[in-house]
Amino acid sequence: MERYLLSGNEALARGAYEAGVKVCSAYPGTPSTEIFENLPQYRDALYCEWAPNEKVATEVAYGASIAGVRSLCAMKHVGVNVAADPIFTAAYNGVSGGFVIISADDPSMHSSQNEQDNRHYARAAKLPMVEPSDSQECLDFMRAAYEISERFDLPVLLRTTTRVSHSKGLVRFGEREERPVPAYARNTRKYISSPANAMMNHPKVEEALAALEAYGCTSPLNRMELNGTKIGVVTASIAYQYAKEAFPADASFLKLGLTNPLPMKLIREFAAKVDKLYVIEELDGFMEEQIKAAGIDCVGKDLTGKIYELNPQLLQERIFGRKPETVDVGVSAVSRPPALCPGCPHRGFFYTMSRHKDFVIAGDIGCYTLGGSAPLNALDSVVCMGGGFTVAMGMARAFELAGQTDKKVFGVMGDSTFFHSGMTGAAEIVYNHGNVIPVVLDNSITGMTGHQDNPGSGRTLQGDIAETLKIEDILAAYGYKNILIVDPQDLAAMEKAVQDALASTEPAAIIARRPCLLIKRIKHDIGKCEVDQDKCIGCKKCLSVGCPAVMVENKKAKIDPNQCVGCTVCAQVCPKSAIARKEN
Amino acid sequence: MKTTKSALLVGVGGQGAILTAKVLVSGLMKAGYDVKMSEVHGMSQRGGSVSTQVHWGEKVYSPVIGKGAADIVVAFEKMEAVRYADYLKPDGVAVINDYEMASSSIAAGLCQYPEGCLEAMENHFRCHVLKAGEIAQGLGSAKCMNIILFGSMVKALGMDDIDWESVIAETVPEKFRELNLSAYRAGRDAVSA
Ligand SMILES: Cc1ncc(C[n+]2csc(CCOP(=O)(O)OP(=O)(O)O)c2C)c(N)n1
Ligand code: SF4
Ligand code: SF4
Ligand code: SF4
Repeated sequence: MERYLLSGNEALARGAYEAGVKVCSAYPGTPSTEIFENLPQYRDALYCEWAPNEKVATEVAYGASIAGVRSLCAMKHVGVNVAADPIFTAAYNGVSGGFVIISADDPSMHSSQNEQDNRHYARAAKLPMVEPSDSQECLDFMRAAYEISERFDLPVLLRTTTRVSHSKGLVRFGEREERPVPAYARNTRKYISSPANAMMNHPKVEEALAALEAYGCTSPLNRMELNGTKIGVVTASIAYQYAKEAFPADASFLKLGLTNPLPMKLIREFAAKVDKLYVIEELDGFMEEQIKAAGIDCVGKDLTGKIYELNPQLLQERIFGRKPETVDVGVSAVSRPPALCPGCPHRGFFYTMSRHKDFVIAGDIGCYTLGGSAPLNALDSVVCMGGGFTVAMGMARAFELAGQTDKKVFGVMGDSTFFHSGMTGAAEIVYNHGNVIPVVLDNSITGMTGHQDNPGSGRTLQGDIAETLKIEDILAAYGYKNILIVDPQDLAAMEKAVQDALASTEPAAIIARRPCLLIKRIKHDIGKCEVDQDKCIGCKKCLSVGCPAVMVENKKAKIDPNQCVGCTVCAQVCPKSAIARKEN
Repeated sequence: MKTTKSALLVGVGGQGAILTAKVLVSGLMKAGYDVKMSEVHGMSQRGGSVSTQVHWGEKVYSPVIGKGAADIVVAFEKMEAVRYADYLKPDGVAVINDYEMASSSIAAGLCQYPEGCLEAMENHFRCHVLKAGEIAQGLGSAKCMNIILFGSMVKALGMDDIDWESVIAETVPEKFRELNLSAYRAGRDAVSA
């Protein structure tokens, strides 16, 4: 049978399709994004969408489950924090159509603000959890998750990590299972989460979890690979793959796929077969702590550590003390940090802000987080999506109360973040008379995660034309009287907008609007800038815009023609007018 | 387990290392190997350091390797070879594109491009150094640089049991077929066995 090379995320999309899933909603976030980018190919069989945020995605998918169809939502680990409210209650209410929530965790924080271990959510919310360890399991476990969800009347958490989601392996396909949709019948006892119903639902959940633990002891999702009796390894997810290479060939394995609730009887049986039991897992001692609490002797975190990703060589070193032989070539590479792209629309805004030492700027998560890096250095804080306006609000109030009246406070976020969870913050500022200027950096796309559409971009995930929500109309409806829309690439206009907003006696907001340069469907005005070597005095002022295409060599500025797109931001700051756009 | 091999392809975002890894993987699949490949992506901005790993053999578990475990490192940019040198086995081999690309911090004058990257690698490893960018220009398109490096890699690994020319012909679009086949041959010719 033919096998295809698929990433974990591609295999999850295929698995959802094969499981007969009908309604799918997600908000992008690395490393989960490609799951939904791979769903529109099945649009004849299912509906998929980008929701404005993870809570919305979860609710949409859960609604479809209540209506009787199999449904899916997906998010990165921190997205589960946003979606936690409906998730916890959905566990009590249960499902009609199978309902799977994918959490893609990011150990080592390849592109995240923390490395939280979302397995704890499964325990806290009382959800069954499945953890695939490669692409084939991504497909197979997705199908199994729907069976479990319907059989035990619970939503299922499917957890991956970056290496499971982004690694490719060979996968065999199955057929799509078309499922009949039952006639809808109102079930208020089940789905109205009033205290009285919740009182009845909670014991039901505990019973289902107990039944699930028994199921896990015989399910093929959890399997023993018995070799020798000296060493036994309990492991799951990507750590299984690492352990298979790090441990000797005679080690026995208990490979778990269903990791909440843990099949403790099976673990006990396995432990009795071996002299020494290891628990190998990335991040927290989620399994180890429970296994120890059940009175089973084992080692794990004391050796492996709970910070960052593992790999086979690290395991060998930490467990068996075998340090890999490496060569130090005696030269070190300097860092290659990401920077705003040449021609990025965010550059002009951050350059403007960087000129004012009395500005305090609460930022947010997106490409524009890079506005906080050298040489722009124009951010004071970044917490979470949607936090830009509200953290600014708290800072401003604190400055007022402390009498530090010289500070001018801005809250900054992108368009996708505004729709995600920034709108409530914009309401907060007007409602509570905040002394804050909210700024939306509107590049008309969700840039950071690879250019997904959002409510302001005019398209849907399935590629259809959509209503383009206007940020200025929303702000106006909230009571902002002075909304300044500006092209951030025009530095004089940008500075004027900032000053006008500060001078405004009525609630003011700024929308810095120019599309991201990497949006393919837009025709961008691309050109090239050049330095007139005779005019250049080597003052390095042009370096302060932080464009990767500009450098100063031998006391003269130089622009890399392969990188420059002719945005002219560097030209606008040159005191000698030495940089000019070459019209071609 | 002992018979698995792994390759680490490193470069700067946008240089085409991922396509090179895909050609490698297609050929390995055709030859019947178990293959895993891992790449880290997720940031849209251009210019960061990127790496892709390919691991193959009769049966492969981990998609990633740690330090001291790569049989070959293919560096699309020479400072990146140095960055990942400690991933190479002491008896591993490096294919290095003799090409220098400043990072944003170097461009901003915050630090300097390190001296002697190639010499440092050559002093410690078996290395094949080539100017793939210039060879590509000579063939008429900078775009085929990654397939030139691919040719050098295959030659360096001595993997001649696979019909790479037909793999390339199947993987690249029809109109770039001849270009990429010449690129592959040029890459092979650029290294001595
Ligand atoms: C709760 C949460 N969900 C998703 C993400 C992943 N993420 C980081 S930035 C971003 C989108 C940023 O888009 P936008 O605000 O439009 O800014 P841009 O990157 O386009 O400048 C997303 C989805 C996250 N960090 N947190
Ligand atoms: S992807 Fe777009 S928004 Fe992000 S840094 Fe590049 S140009 Fe700017
Ligand atoms: S700002 Fe103008 S004068 Fe100064 S180094 Fe740059 S190009 Fe030369
Ligand atoms: S015009 Fe200047 S700032 Fe804009 S892309 Fe070119 S070098 Fe960079």
